[in-house]
Amino acid sequence: MINEHSKILLEVRGLRASVNGTEVLKGVDLTVRYGEVHAIMGPNGSGKSTFSKVLAGHKAYEITGGSVLFEGKDLFALEPEERARAGVFLAFQYPIEIPGVGNGQFLRLAYNTLQTQRGNEELDPLEFDDFVREKMKLLEMNPDFLDRSVNEGFSGGEKKRNEILQMAILEPRLAILDETDSGLDIDALRIVAQGVNHLTSKDNATIMVTHYQRLLNYIVPNFVHVMEAGRIIKSGGKELALELESRGYDWIQPDLDVSSQSKATKRIAA
Amino acid sequence: MSVAVTHQNQPANGYLATLLAGRLSAPSPTKGQCIAPPVLTALQVAAAERVSALNVPSTRDEEWRFTDISLLTKLSFQPVTAESTLQLVDIARFTIAEAGARLVFVDGVYAPHLSHTEQAEGVTVANLAHTLEKSAAHTDAHIATYLGQLAEYKNNVFAALNTACMSDAALILLARDTAVRQPIHLLFIASKQGGVSYPRCLIRAEAGSKATVVEDYVSLQDEAYFTNSVSEVSLADNAHVHHIRVQREGMNAFHIANCAVTLAHGSHYQSVSVAMGARISRYNLNVLQAAEGGECTVDGLALIAERQLADTHTCIDHAKPHGMSRQLHKCIIGGSAHAVFNGKIMVRPGAQRADSQQTNRNLLLTSRAQVDTKPQLEIFADDVKCTHGATVSQLDGEEIFYLQSRGLTDVVARNLLTYAFGAEILERIPVASLKHQLEQTVLEQAGLKQSGLEQMK
Repeated sequence: MINEHSKILLEVRGLRASVNGTEVLKGVDLTVRYGEVHAIMGPNGSGKSTFSKVLAGHKAYEITGGSVLFEGKDLFALEPEERARAGVFLAFQYPIEIPGVGNGQFLRLAYNTLQTQRGNEELDPLEFDDFVREKMKLLEMNPDFLDRSVNEGFSGGEKKRNEILQMAILEPRLAILDETDSGLDIDALRIVAQGVNHLTSKDNATIMVTHYQRLLNYIVPNFVHVMEAGRIIKSGGKELALELESRGYDWIQPDLDVSSQSKATKRIAA
Repeated sequence: MSVAVTHQNQPANGYLATLLAGRLSAPSPTKGQCIAPPVLTALQVAAAERVSALNVPSTRDEEWRFTDISLLTKLSFQPVTAESTLQLVDIARFTIAEAGARLVFVDGVYAPHLSHTEQAEGVTVANLAHTLEKSAAHTDAHIATYLGQLAEYKNNVFAALNTACMSDAALILLARDTAVRQPIHLLFIASKQGGVSYPRCLIRAEAGSKATVVEDYVSLQDEAYFTNSVSEVSLADNAHVHHIRVQREGMNAFHIANCAVTLAHGSHYQSVSVAMGARISRYNLNVLQAAEGGECTVDGLALIAERQLADTHTCIDHAKPHGMSRQLHKCIIGGSAHAVFNGKIMVRPGAQRADSQQTNRNLLLTSRAQVDTKPQLEIFADDVKCTHGATVSQLDGEEIFYLQSRGLTDVVARNLLTYAFGAEILERIPVASLKHQLEQTVLEQAGLKQSGLEQMK
């Protein structure tokens, strides 16, 4: 769904961030347009997860430089919940368990909070129940999950499905999937990917952060970026992921030109 | 009552003596005030002697190390003797819709016009004084077998004081194989400033019987008063008792309570204790697995703020083999409040195959909040499965971030997590309307109502 003329959703320029005084992101550049699916790959510790958390507004990270525009507005001027309301969604690598809060109640609370912000009607429990059950079919989730506490006692795969269920309910403009494939068996991977594919459209965009290529067999990205030591050092099309899978990360020569992504865009579009 | 004769005023123990004297000089509140059978009189005399011999505990006593009750001794309290003029409408907000029988005591005095007793086949739910007045001798003897026999008072000054001073009690007697479907509500209301009351409960569940009992302490005023209660619960073979205890006293109250439970073969005791009121509260719960195969689940929640102190001491005594116990005790501590938990698990010699799990989780909401927790395992058998653990934490930054990333504000996220922390215990209350009432209280305390998020429940 690449369209060079579609509008820019997210524009990251020279983003630097540190945690506990250690710089983790050292100048990240990334442009995401509506309708695009991006994959960010890279070895452990390269800064991939940090990048997703920084976009979602995690307090542990200090922004030390650069800028991020989301729909043309300064993303860092927004609190995490304001980003969520504006349409940023992070599917967590390790979804949090919240014993004592029913999953169905939590989903409804989150949904209604966003609906109110967006000037829409809230759904009462019965209406929401119908709504959420429909979404759950997409992820082949048992309705029993609504009655359990949020993520409590869920298997790794169930937690990830629950994340994508939230994505389906909250309908973000920008979905950031942080290692969504980790811990999934092949069936769960297929179901989760199906769910994500169903949700992508020309009106939103997805950033997948992943260590492995296998997710990309199911959710085919328009762009693959390689992150290392806090920077995106190479960008390309989906074939780059296959090359990374077979050759590892060591062979990569950083693109000297920071605008490698735009070159890749032209190449793929052509 | 002959107790006065044996009572000797000891200067070293002036405070207790005053309380004891206050009780004994009080005129009979009801015509059934005097507990008639000689065996009970003897009990009260013995208890009064122990009160005279014991001292008010201080923080120098190991069992009271973290709980300073000197504030209590600086105040004087008088027993209330007048019958209550409260009407049902005054207590409506405390009633439980599902409850069948309800016994109401106002400032320690039984209030028949607010109560609904039950004398059905195999079930007695009534006040002790009235029961003794009209019952046959064998019932008296039956009661005397349990009353004062489970709750140890020889070395427990507050249990002794209660035993010496009790003028009545809530009585629940379940005959063999009787199941009471509706919860039984024991409601103790404090209405008078400066009052002292000695609530007493006796539950005897014969073999195979089953009931749910709600023991509930509430207040209609916010000044200081003193509740000193004792409950005794005796389960015969295969009996099931679900015991819900709610301490929602006034914020300047003193609440000191002892509860003793004895489990016979294969019996099952489940309790949920919630402490959210009182300036200073102390709850001692002792569960004795006196025969093989006893099972108990002992859960608790303390939800305190400001300058409150809530102390829970539990002891689960696996005296016989094949016993099972589960315990989850949680504390939510705000303001400059102070929670104390001391959870002892005893496995006696020969109590093989004991299976015990104890968990204590504490949530500190402010930097001034404080908790002292002391899990204690004493195991004298070699084939047992015992685990225990205690955690002290603040709200988790990752959890808050997770909720924020779903659109909830920082404040709502914190409140929701606080609520959820407590809800895990409240969920275990099998009486829906009471659970709902308490959840609302927690929501209010957590500020979630103002956030417009009462839809959570």
